[in-house]
Amino acid sequence: MTTANDGKIPVTVLTGYLGAGKTTLLNRILSENHGTRYAVIVNEFGEIGIDNDLLVESDEEIFEMNNGCICCTVRGDLIRTVENLMKRKGSFDAIVVETTGVADPAPVAQTFFMDDDVRDKAKLDAVVAVVDCRHVLQRLADTSEAEDQIAFADVVLLNKTDLVTAAELAAVEARIQSINPYARLHRTERCSVALDAVLNRGAFDLDRVLSLDPHFLEPAEHAHECGPDCDHDHGHDHDHGHHHHDHDHAHAHDAPHAVKSVSITAGELDPQVFFQWIGNVSQVQGPNILRLKGIMAFRDDPQRYVVQGVHMILEGDHQRDWKADEARESRLVVIGRDLDFAALTTGFKACEA
Amino acid sequence: MLTLAPYEFGGFVVAAGFLGDTPIFALGDGTVRLFPDGAERSVEVHQGGLLAACRSQDGAALITGGDDGLVRRTAVDGTVETLAELPRKWIDIVAAGPQGAVGFASGRNAHVRLASGELRDFSAARAVGGLAFAPKGLRLAVARYDGVTLHWVNTQAPAQELAWKGAHARVLFSPDGKYVVTTMPENALHGWRLSDGQDMRMTGYPGKVKSVDWSARGRYLATSGANAAILWPFFGKTGPMGQQPLQLGTRSDQLVTRVACHPGEEVIAIGYQDGMVLAVRFADQQEVLLRRPGRSGISTLAWDGAGARLVFGTEEGEAGLISLAG
Repeated sequence: MTTANDGKIPVTVLTGYLGAGKTTLLNRILSENHGTRYAVIVNEFGEIGIDNDLLVESDEEIFEMNNGCICCTVRGDLIRTVENLMKRKGSFDAIVVETTGVADPAPVAQTFFMDDDVRDKAKLDAVVAVVDCRHVLQRLADTSEAEDQIAFADVVLLNKTDLVTAAELAAVEARIQSINPYARLHRTERCSVALDAVLNRGAFDLDRVLSLDPHFLEPAEHAHECGPDCDHDHGHDHDHGHHHHDHDHAHAHDAPHAVKSVSITAGELDPQVFFQWIGNVSQVQGPNILRLKGIMAFRDDPQRYVVQGVHMILEGDHQRDWKADEARESRLVVIGRDLDFAALTTGFKACEA
Repeated sequence: MLTLAPYEFGGFVVAAGFLGDTPIFALGDGTVRLFPDGAERSVEVHQGGLLAACRSQDGAALITGGDDGLVRRTAVDGTVETLAELPRKWIDIVAAGPQGAVGFASGRNAHVRLASGELRDFSAARAVGGLAFAPKGLRLAVARYDGVTLHWVNTQAPAQELAWKGAHARVLFSPDGKYVVTTMPENALHGWRLSDGQDMRMTGYPGKVKSVDWSARGRYLATSGANAAILWPFFGKTGPMGQQPLQLGTRSDQLVTRVACHPGEEVIAIGYQDGMVLAVRFADQQEVLLRRPGRSGISTLAWDGAGARLVFGTEEGEAGLISLAG
């Protein structure tokens, strides 16, 4: 199962605009009898009606790291709160972090890769975006944060479905899938989703996702794991010259800076070529990459290698042996803005052994 | 002869020390354990978790902050007094000042409670990472994002700003009051010479520096965060600038988590992430094993006033009293 046989506390991150229903969901998480004790980090107590001594209000503190990496930001308050919670280890099982409506989800996610203490003690279970079906299309038109939140999500709750028509709902779903076809969508009213669709997802546990979904190669699931081994691989050799054609893999609503995604498959890879290429991609295109995830089959390597990234941070680790009946294929999913998907595709395929 | 009296608390040991001769342990479960005459006495100090603790400057009491929003003072006889309250805030920074003053912080809030009970507000626009009182005068250093602010607690004199980009956590003055040093999340220390604002960068750590302590007479600043205790010399005119630090108790595969300098001699106690504790003499680097590795990392380590005994605690609740008698 997903919960931490590695002893790490699973963390669920809730994003979504003000009024989308995050507080409703939090109240349900805190009040339902699910046998799991949650520590909850909120931006403000607001209308949380539950008295829980593990409920903490925390001002979002975005810390820039002076490490030469232009988009390396972390949530300082999150680091501090996790550190404080560890002094009460044993009094809770999991952590839920609520972000402000306008928050960029990247610093929260990056905290789980960049901060050694947080990496040691906790792991990102899933990013859950709560979306108000009535307003989300307008939000997406007005802001980039709304798009970022959906792009980052492992799970999207389409909330307030009772307040829109079937046609409006279909338009919302199509728009969200155009941004992030890899997130799981749930239609809800008043966030009335089964909590196990949101919590303990193990969205970062590849095996579980694969066992839930037999359509491995369908673009509908996640491919990442929070491994213990941060490559933090910032390559330097710039690798141009793969602009053979301009086929665009993303679809619909092609606003100039819209978030799009691509899923690329290849055969077995030469690890040296791949690491140089992917390091280069994250170094050069990192600011535009929202999320990157993939499973690699390296030549002469009996194990699957899993990579994931947020902006310029890249992390990878061996996951498990390839099974005898599994096709040794490599697959990479990239979600971002203004990315040259054709070049990514060519570059990835050029890593084939 | 070396003796070790082990204790088992079952919860994170936030701080250990001595009130006079009495060993005292502050635990993450909200209790404080006192050992007058060797027998354990448990005092319930915080309703939820206890997040921070330090000894009062007169050495008579332990000041603690908790996630119940309280700042409390526990005396050696076990009596507990509430000093301040920030409802619903987690108080994870406390500092003891002169004249019975107590500093405490939560998030962006920072306050000083004077012995009279009066509260002064020194909150910052961004997260407060640490507090420290100057060795002379009632002056408070507030580590904040992008630097440190030095406030005079009792006067309207303007605050002094020490700028350096980035997040600053723990802050401390040198015992002679000439330097202010902070720890930063980029695995570095930053220092300022107060006479001219000269910046100092102390880098090269593989991990975060979470424990810092001045050696006897303030000659060295000992730090954790590497696979040895790193001690920066502060006795020359230019402090550590251009100097190589001492590296004591080097181990190949374990990081130092806590350092505690002997109160009188050039000897340091070093706690590691595997629970080992060593004592090392600066002059010849001679090492004495004080405790073998245990289940978890050393989370706190302190000498008594005479330098004859040590207390330690770990993340998983193992603790002990080490006597170096003879």
